[in-house]
Amino acid sequence: MVSVTYRATREDSSVFLVSIQPRMPAPIRLRELIRTIRTARTQAEEREMIQKECAAIRSSFREEDNTYRCRNVAKLLYMHMLGYPAHFGQLECLKLIASQKFTDKRIGYLGAMLLLDERQDVHLLMTNCIKNDLNHSTQFVQGLALCTLGCMGSSEMCRDLAGEVEKLLKTSNSYLRKKAALSAVHVIRKVPELMEMFLPATKNLLNEKNHGVLHTSVVLLTEMCERSPDMLAHFRKLVPQLVRILKNLIMSGYSPEHDVSGISDPFLQVRILRLLRILGRNDDDSSEAMNDILAQVATNTETSKNVGNAILYETVLTIMDIKSESGLRVLAINILGRFLLNNDKNIRQVSLYTLVFGYVALTSLLKTVQTDHNAVQRHRSTIVDCLKDLDVSIKRRAMELSFALVNGNNIRGMMKELLYFLDSCDPEFKADCASGVFHAAEKYAPSKRWHIDTIMRVLTTAGSYVRDDAVPNLIQLITNSVEMHGYTVQRLYKALIDDISQQPLIQVSSWCIGEYGDLLVSGKCEEEEPIQVTEDEVLDVLEGILVSNLSSTVTRGYSLTAIMKLSTRFASTVNRIKKVVLVYGSSIDVELQQRAVEYNALFKKYDHMRPALLERMPVMEKTSTNGPTEIVQTNGETEPSILETKHMPNVPQPANQANDLLDLLGGNDVISVIQTAPPTKLVSAGGELLDLLGDLSLSGSVPAPGPQVSISQPPFLLDGLASQPLFNDVAAGIPPMIAYNKNGLKIDFTFERSNTNPNIAVITMHASNSTEAEMTEFVFQAAVPKTFQLQLLSPSSNIVPALNAGTVTQIIKVLNPQKQQLRMRVKLTYTHKGSSLQDLAEVNNFPPQSWQ
Amino acid sequence: MMHFMLLFSRQGKLRLQKWFIAIGEREKKKIIREMTQSVLARQPKTCNFMDWKDLKIVYKRYASLYICCGMEDQDNELLTIEIIHRYVELLDTYFGNVCELDIIFNFEKAYFILDEFLMGGEVQETSKLSVSKCIEESDLMQETMEEYMSKPAF
Repeated sequence: MVSVTYRATREDSSVFLVSIQPRMPAPIRLRELIRTIRTARTQAEEREMIQKECAAIRSSFREEDNTYRCRNVAKLLYMHMLGYPAHFGQLECLKLIASQKFTDKRIGYLGAMLLLDERQDVHLLMTNCIKNDLNHSTQFVQGLALCTLGCMGSSEMCRDLAGEVEKLLKTSNSYLRKKAALSAVHVIRKVPELMEMFLPATKNLLNEKNHGVLHTSVVLLTEMCERSPDMLAHFRKLVPQLVRILKNLIMSGYSPEHDVSGISDPFLQVRILRLLRILGRNDDDSSEAMNDILAQVATNTETSKNVGNAILYETVLTIMDIKSESGLRVLAINILGRFLLNNDKNIRQVSLYTLVFGYVALTSLLKTVQTDHNAVQRHRSTIVDCLKDLDVSIKRRAMELSFALVNGNNIRGMMKELLYFLDSCDPEFKADCASGVFHAAEKYAPSKRWHIDTIMRVLTTAGSYVRDDAVPNLIQLITNSVEMHGYTVQRLYKALIDDISQQPLIQVSSWCIGEYGDLLVSGKCEEEEPIQVTEDEVLDVLEGILVSNLSSTVTRGYSLTAIMKLSTRFASTVNRIKKVVLVYGSSIDVELQQRAVEYNALFKKYDHMRPALLERMPVMEKTSTNGPTEIVQTNGETEPSILETKHMPNVPQPANQANDLLDLLGGNDVISVIQTAPPTKLVSAGGELLDLLGDLSLSGSVPAPGPQVSISQPPFLLDGLASQPLFNDVAAGIPPMIAYNKNGLKIDFTFERSNTNPNIAVITMHASNSTEAEMTEFVFQAAVPKTFQLQLLSPSSNIVPALNAGTVTQIIKVLNPQKQQLRMRVKLTYTHKGSSLQDLAEVNNFPPQSWQ
Repeated sequence: MMHFMLLFSRQGKLRLQKWFIAIGEREKKKIIREMTQSVLARQPKTCNFMDWKDLKIVYKRYASLYICCGMEDQDNELLTIEIIHRYVELLDTYFGNVCELDIIFNFEKAYFILDEFLMGGEVQETSKLSVSKCIEESDLMQETMEEYMSKPAF
């Protein structure tokens, strides 16, 4: 619709166009737009409507029409919610905020909160309007301003307006006071330095009768106490008052305004309990002052509805965190136990409500198990039952808690349940569960046979989920259980003929057969009925692994080595073994080829040495690392005493196994840095290491050097056969140090000097985790300056358990021939609470004795 | 504190989004997508809690609408369920037997009510009566169209 005005005069025949004013029809109402858009049958149709309307709105904005601005912005906000861009409405929101009309302000502030967050350039333009509105005569306008500031004010805005907020915090108008309190909380979160200025205004906050003000005040006090120990100390004197308020809430009669299912203002109760927790923590007097009220809440709160249990939950958390007396703590744990039972009963009814409980209760128990073990043990059977729950979150918590509860007394029973769980649980749990079983078994195994049986069970039922570092651990365990060798090899052999798809199982079994194959064929088994098996049958199985498509390269390596070893243990099949070795000498697989070629050489040129070389492994000394015995690499040194030929394949990685071989034959072209991260990281290990270093230059890191290194003459072989303790177990008087301590992860270094080479410092890395969640996939990497050489051996595990329940250890060997000051850069990667984390740090505080 | 509250339908359509943290538009969209997918994928008889990044996600379904909140570690999940329920009660009082359509067609009112109940990720008022009264009075302050047209802008 266009109206054109023109004037024509008789004298003048020309026509003057005076004004052309395109007058738009009134913009459609919000509800009409919503209705229209909802009729769209396709996304494309909707987009078309939106575009049309946006164009209309844009024109309307251009007209600077005050009348319909509010309506247009409202429509824009609707379209924004559907996912369409609305930034061209930002300035319009500002105009609405500046308007005198309440309707405008309402929509304007809403638009500001949705479109004008602190990342927008025009965000700060709001400041003046908000300032004015904070002083408006109408409380609802003041309320709008406070709300906007308190929800999304930027730091600059907070700085500018903190004074106004502080003023309003002292007003007698409770509507404004409560909003000012939460605005103050927001200001403090954004600009912590401003916390002090709100202190005077907090003086009388708790004297209020109004629940809104009380609640927001408690939130404000909590925020201040959490951020500043001084504030915390200052506010401790409020404990009696808080206790009184809480008491009134519990004892007072029915108050319709605040009642929720018979409980008076549960929101306020919970916040007070939370503040009491912070105030009572580490303070005997405060804890004592709140003892009675906590007992009262714990015993009197109605548990039939969720709201009562919300309060009980918070109460329990408080009791466990402050310095409460033991009676109170037992009360708390029993409440949690009841929560779990509640869960159990209703599981039959599959009540959604109580399933919620189970989850919450288990999380709390996890936090408390460290401190009140006995009380929690009482509920062990309930917790174990939760392993059978249908809910994934509950199962996981139950599993974590079960492992935390295992001890020497309950190991057999618990392990039965956990192994059953391992059999039937979802794949996402299997790796963690397997690791947990190994860990628990190692700590509490009642007998060697039980230990080996447990491990076998895990390998056969969840073998493909077992972490790769479990293999060397198991091999060490088996080696050291001398009297069980016959039994072990027989069981592993039986498992092998059933199933050759699970790599860790095959690796351990192959290794075992290679070592103890003679026991197998001679039927030397005491624990159970010996089976009849011939040498050829054994070789059939091992060769089967070699050719199978299911076997990984690493597994094939194990198998080939095992076959080779059997050449000294089997009497009648040496020629067959020779043939196999010969064949693989031309294998496409470089790793296998290397081995086969070297074994061939052993047959041809060094046959007299073969028996000695392939002798049975000695019992491995457990070093301070709790991990498998390390491979000694000479780092270029050629002293014979350093070489130890009786290695076991430490970590199933081609690089290390190639080095094994080299050592076996006295090779001394060794690699100075060996990355012993789990295989999945091997591919990028070189790159990562280089990244790690940055300006620290690394001396030759080569993750997979094997094939390129030539076999050298073995002059040191005979000397090298004597096994020596690797280093002084007595610490050489070097003080330990903390290398890293951040975000709950602490890395300690302890030192020893290598017995065999005074230039080598042996550092043991201990990683511990004080947070509530475990850190998984933990990888520790280190790099040193050029003049040093560094070797990292494999870690004891890659899970750092929560709450300092255990440590991951790893040995680092540093060669420092020039006696330079030791510096190290470390890189830590781990998964924590679902997200991947990574950190780089320099370690410079090495004690002088470690490198001098 | 609460990081965000999202309301979405069973088809995954967003009905309300309240953010108490400062993050970019793209990240908001990503979170909305992930929340919607995860919550809608949950089995019917599972508990109302999920772990997501370093937050606890508390969600509840009311007829065709899901309400989903992102809470910090120290927040009480069971109480969050009560918070969600209180908000629904407030909507119910205001609209009278509230249903999803009410929230679709009157989304701005849903926001106004939320802004009287929560602020900065915390509960602002624990009395149902108080919140309802405030909303009523604020509504009365809104000018009618006639008043609106006749009142000067400045």
